[in-house]
Amino acid sequence: MEDLQPFREETRQWLEAHCPASQRLPNTPEEQYWGGRRGSFASEDAQLWFERMRERGWTAPEWPTAYGGGGLTAQQGQILKEEMKRIKARTPLYSLGLWMLGPALLEYGSEEQKQQHLRAIVNGELRWCQGYSEPAAGSDLASLQTRADDQGDHFLVNGSKIWTTAADRSDWIFCLVRTDPTVKKQQGISFLLIDMATEGVSTTPIELISGESEFCQTFFDNVQVPKANLIGELNHGWSVAKALLVHERKLMAEIGGDSPRQEVPPVEAAHRYLDFIDGRIADSELRSSLVTYEMRMHAIGLTHIRSFEERAAGTKGSVGLAMKYLGTEAVKDKNELLLAIMGSQGLGWEGPGFTPEERDTTRAWAMSKAMTIAGGSSEVQLNVIAKTVLQLPQAPQAATES
Amino acid sequence: MALVLNEEQRLLAETARDFLQKNAPVSALRALRDSRDELGYDATLWQDMVELGWASVILPEEVGGLDFGFTGLGVVLQETGRTLAASPLLATAVVGASALLLGGTETQQADLLPQLAAGKLTLALALEESHHHQPYHIATRLEAEGDSFYLSGEKTFVLDGHSADTLLVVARSSGERNSREGLSVVLLPRDTPGVVIERTLMADSRNAANIRFTRVAITAEQVVGEVGAAGQWLDKVLDRGRVALAAEMLGSVEEVFARTVAWLKERVQFGVPIGSFQALQHRAARLQTELELARSIVLQALATVDEQPEQLAVIASLAKANLNELAKLATNEAVQMHGGIGVTDELDIGFFLKRARVTLQIFGDTGFHKDRYAALRGY
Repeated sequence: MEDLQPFREETRQWLEAHCPASQRLPNTPEEQYWGGRRGSFASEDAQLWFERMRERGWTAPEWPTAYGGGGLTAQQGQILKEEMKRIKARTPLYSLGLWMLGPALLEYGSEEQKQQHLRAIVNGELRWCQGYSEPAAGSDLASLQTRADDQGDHFLVNGSKIWTTAADRSDWIFCLVRTDPTVKKQQGISFLLIDMATEGVSTTPIELISGESEFCQTFFDNVQVPKANLIGELNHGWSVAKALLVHERKLMAEIGGDSPRQEVPPVEAAHRYLDFIDGRIADSELRSSLVTYEMRMHAIGLTHIRSFEERAAGTKGSVGLAMKYLGTEAVKDKNELLLAIMGSQGLGWEGPGFTPEERDTTRAWAMSKAMTIAGGSSEVQLNVIAKTVLQLPQAPQAATES
Repeated sequence: MALVLNEEQRLLAETARDFLQKNAPVSALRALRDSRDELGYDATLWQDMVELGWASVILPEEVGGLDFGFTGLGVVLQETGRTLAASPLLATAVVGASALLLGGTETQQADLLPQLAAGKLTLALALEESHHHQPYHIATRLEAEGDSFYLSGEKTFVLDGHSADTLLVVARSSGERNSREGLSVVLLPRDTPGVVIERTLMADSRNAANIRFTRVAITAEQVVGEVGAAGQWLDKVLDRGRVALAAEMLGSVEEVFARTVAWLKERVQFGVPIGSFQALQHRAARLQTELELARSIVLQALATVDEQPEQLAVIASLAKANLNELAKLATNEAVQMHGGIGVTDELDIGFFLKRARVTLQIFGDTGFHKDRYAALRGY
């Protein structure tokens, strides 16, 4: 294996010299930069940091330089991640284009499509959202009904998508649409890119139990979409979607370790909210819950590292599939644990009597319930593991994805 | 630190697997049990293991060791866990060897380690005095009288205690009953007058003993290292034992889970393989995710012994606590998912179930290690 030490040192020096001090502090959701036509920076430093990273192609470190990426190897990309984490550098650009659509375009897009979209993603020019689920197609995603009818020179799209994250602030949407209703449900699906400024596209925010509205329902009413926006072959969108889901699940598995919220680590919360006797938490039940949680996170952290090392060594293991399930379940556990540790002080919703941080914890707890539902529910993840890793026989009408 | 095996370690694991599947399958343990074998393991098998270098995997080359480190030892133990192979590996090659390496004088190391590597010496750590792991709760006394010492007390749950050539007895030279100060470890040949060994037959058909010492005369040369100073290294020895045992337990869990998944595909009820039922699929899939965590923990723990031994305590407790819980869950699920045949002696699953319960208690149960982990983390 090549010696990566020089790269690490060079990266460390560059980050030290170029990451503004303010961009090394924890990020609130309001301070994240998501790009797009309507995107704005929370500060001059945020803009400076973004531009410096963009110039090196480090908003998309592992993408080819031909499309504006950094051209790094997987190992170098990991080192960059580690070095950014070391100085607590903020992510310069948050983007579903970077995390999800881009990797799919690199694999399935035509050269023309790559030229059209990848650099715009790297530069944060457009904000993307995802149109997969529908009101009647959740875990059974393949039964989706939004149709794209071939009208010769364009598709005519009708239907609606749900759980479209930040659709009301996005410029384009990547969608799964039905292009052939006559064949087996997975076989009649295509992957389509739609400019949300097109006539007939509209969005409505959905209020969640956390009080937030980060998701929308998105409606398509006789929307005309150019044929050039089809990714991959007609009726082969399911393969693209599956590849993309892998990226989404990997992302969700990692969220536990890189939460944008200013959360109190459970051990710190214990010191702040619980009685100690002789250096031990007096409440034996909470002490036991805390150590169980910490051990689990320790194990999950090690498994992330192993997963990466296996990938780098080229020995493909089965670790990746387990991570979405384990990671998101652990996030829920953490939020339940924080509430238990904080007692009545962890129940604040608004107004006086609670610090903003405490109120955030309550809302984060409500929000965390979505973690094991979005991106394929825990139950669907277990179906997939049973089928692909354990190779157990298919149940009649099993809820797997292929 | 690597969480992926290198070529050398992979090769060692493959050799171990082939050897054990052929020479020490679960049926060998069944035969030892059914014949009420006096030794409790196959002496010829042990000599073959010694020839493969397994007695000396962690020993330095100067004393005839392989010097493959704990990761090397771990892959071998994982394979012994897969077939439940009974042998002196854990008590002698891990715990005994570590005690001499970490606590022994140069003379003791030069005398004993080559014998151990050559398979001419087996050891057993006589530590526990109650029915729960309490390594510092030592009442057995080592009292000085002139130039001599006298050992008196009782030990229980001494692994390989009835078969080992020499015992390593943890005794108190001074200090309060639960203190880390004032502990000594004594090398004691099994046939010394005043030593009474009573073999205990446990659920797992492996070896342990209760041992009583009545005014056993001890010379200064028999004390491992210095008198009263064993508290400085005992934890490190135990942590090595915990990590090695976790590796063995991982092998057992992998095997019992593989057998369970195979059964889910084979057994037909209601006209379909029972593995097509989602109720069972989810339980199996959840076990699979737990297994992924356990693999990462064990690899990290083994590598920590070799590369960052000063950080061993936390990961050793994580490893033992995690494998305790997983071994219990995986063996219980194995029996349940096998259904009626799972509770018959004819099937090997019962052997895994019973071995798991014994390993749970060796070097600390889950409560012990959760408490230790929390204390090390400052709460």
